[in-house]
Amino acid sequence: MHTRLRRIAAAATVATLGTFAAAPVSAADAPKSIRIGYAISLSGVNAQGAATTTLPGYDLWVKDVNDAGGIMVKEFGKKIPLEVAAKYDDTSSAETLLRLEEKLMSQDKVDFVLPPWSTGFNLAVAPIFAKYGYPQLAVTANANDEVQLVKQFPTLFFFLNQPAHFGGALIEVLNKFKSAGQLNNKIAMLSVGDQFGAEMSAGFGAGLKASGYDIVLQKSYPLGAADLTNEIKEAKASGADTFIAASYPPDTFMLTGTAITQGYNPKVFYTAVGTAFAEYGGNFKDKVQGVMGIGGWDPNLPGAQDYYKRQLAVTGHAPDGWASPVTYASLQILQQAIEKAGTLDRKKVLDTIANGGPWNTVVGPIDLKTHIREHQIGAGQWQGGQFVGVSPSDFPGVKPVIFPKPAW
Amino acid sequence: MPAIEVILGGAILGGLYALVAIGFNLQFGMARIVNLAYGEFLMGAAFAAFWMFTLASINPILGMVLSVPVTFGANWLVYRVLMTPLVRRARTREQLEGDTILATFGLLFVLRGAATLAFSADNRFYNYLGEPLNIFGFTFAANRVLAFALACVFAVVIFIVLNRTRFGTALRALAIDPVGAELVGIDVRSLSGIAFAGGGALVAAAGTLVSTFLTFNPAIGIEFTMKALVVVIMGGVGNMAGSFIAGLLLGIAESLCSYYVDSGLTLAVAYALFLIVLVVRPRGLFGTP
Repeated sequence: MHTRLRRIAAAATVATLGTFAAAPVSAADAPKSIRIGYAISLSGVNAQGAATTTLPGYDLWVKDVNDAGGIMVKEFGKKIPLEVAAKYDDTSSAETLLRLEEKLMSQDKVDFVLPPWSTGFNLAVAPIFAKYGYPQLAVTANANDEVQLVKQFPTLFFFLNQPAHFGGALIEVLNKFKSAGQLNNKIAMLSVGDQFGAEMSAGFGAGLKASGYDIVLQKSYPLGAADLTNEIKEAKASGADTFIAASYPPDTFMLTGTAITQGYNPKVFYTAVGTAFAEYGGNFKDKVQGVMGIGGWDPNLPGAQDYYKRQLAVTGHAPDGWASPVTYASLQILQQAIEKAGTLDRKKVLDTIANGGPWNTVVGPIDLKTHIREHQIGAGQWQGGQFVGVSPSDFPGVKPVIFPKPAW
Repeated sequence: MPAIEVILGGAILGGLYALVAIGFNLQFGMARIVNLAYGEFLMGAAFAAFWMFTLASINPILGMVLSVPVTFGANWLVYRVLMTPLVRRARTREQLEGDTILATFGLLFVLRGAATLAFSADNRFYNYLGEPLNIFGFTFAANRVLAFALACVFAVVIFIVLNRTRFGTALRALAIDPVGAELVGIDVRSLSGIAFAGGGALVAAAGTLVSTFLTFNPAIGIEFTMKALVVVIMGGVGNMAGSFIAGLLLGIAESLCSYYVDSGLTLAVAYALFLIVLVVRPRGLFGTP
């Protein structure tokens, strides 16, 4: 009843303002554009990640919104287009990034700032977003202390869950086949030698041991390793049914290529970042059938396929099956929150993002009451040429796991 | 895994290091230019191979027919246009090294920036000869073995040219004493240009080979420049056979380390070897004092 009344009231307001919009007085008050700004890694070590996961989403969103005439802002009674007023290169340097974020908020005074790329950078800028009261929709970030962080920085939202969630999603799959006697309890685990690899393998390792698994091979290799043939040969000799790599894109590709060459066919083959990339399936073709990886999405959600095709056509970048659609979803939420709040006032928009959900997005409904997107797919698998979500099994839209992985 | 398999795997990787190093040595040891933008040409050739393969299905090895001469020409131009004024101005070898380090450091950023603009910062990868190949009963990736084989071919060709031809003798004279070489009628400047361009041609071949099994992006160049520098210093500046052997040794050391010690320490091994050589034999394993 209450909602209905509110809707009627809203509709009435829109209708009234809609008529006013034609009048020159009201239009003069409206800003020419909603000014968007961001600083992100256009060069340096982080540039690949930003170029793959984040930037195509930003470009597509701005185009989509402007093709539709802009975002409807009730207080001005009209659609206002987006304008990318400032786009800076942080050169993959955290210090440069901090300076640029200050500039965006204190000098350029843009209406909204889109987040940078990577966990470290998003955490680094969180105090600045909080200081100036800008909502920070952090997508390419996850941390073990998300709950404390969102309390400390009330402007911060996490779109990826904590690392333990991703480990848990994989372990759920393993447990199912282990208890059915189809999978032994041995694990071969490799990780890339940086913070990501260390946190992931620690998180996964703890969960695996708690579930009674024996990690028979655990090795870390340097970022940018030129050859991982020995590591794959060792994994093959280890007798483990499950291969897990807390890997980054270059090594994800190399480990897979080497496993194919060496005829290494564990029952579960799991790699991390890069597995969900469209290029991964594009390169290894039908061999990827049954490969598991971090993340995953449901391509059958309303709007998902359409989004996929649009991003490919507009930006030339096929979205990955994990964080790319989430990036776009985070912007859909910003757009809907502005519309729902009916204002460009950042405080009101921030409150609306948190309390106005659940929001409809290309990755399904998202609720941000706790500032953390708590329900999401944690593990995916290549099935029939698409990287789809398979776990946790109680998540709507996930597919049954293909087990064991077919031989390459 | 038997030790011989580990060593063989290391040698296959080392062959590529050797090829990259020999090209760098032609530029550093013969033309006396420390080219920090060396790896950017490797990156460029890798992209050329990638685009030819993905857009026109051109076999990367065949594609070298185009990319190697083009890179040769580009490097020759770099030498003529950018380096010649520095060579003219330099009074000592040390001064020339200092000046060229600064100039090529700038060139590095120009080339990397241009590649990022043109190709985006994305990682690239394509599948070429990823099939298994059996050597003495051990399985290796065919593309890696091919890279090793071609690296050996290039090394042998360079070795024959340097040691069995008049042109090669002149080049060696250049490496040992440029002033003396000029006195006996060797056209030092044009020969240096050719040595520099020849180094570029080798790195283009290396870039093509690398692209068949490594993921690459516009930022990978510097890693290879650094590795080449390490190998060249280890093997001895100006000594091509030294670079070849040092390259193989580095590959084998990395492989042994990753299997018997720890995969995470493979990078440390390269620099540890480098340090040991610098302390024990500052002129390199095969360098002449």
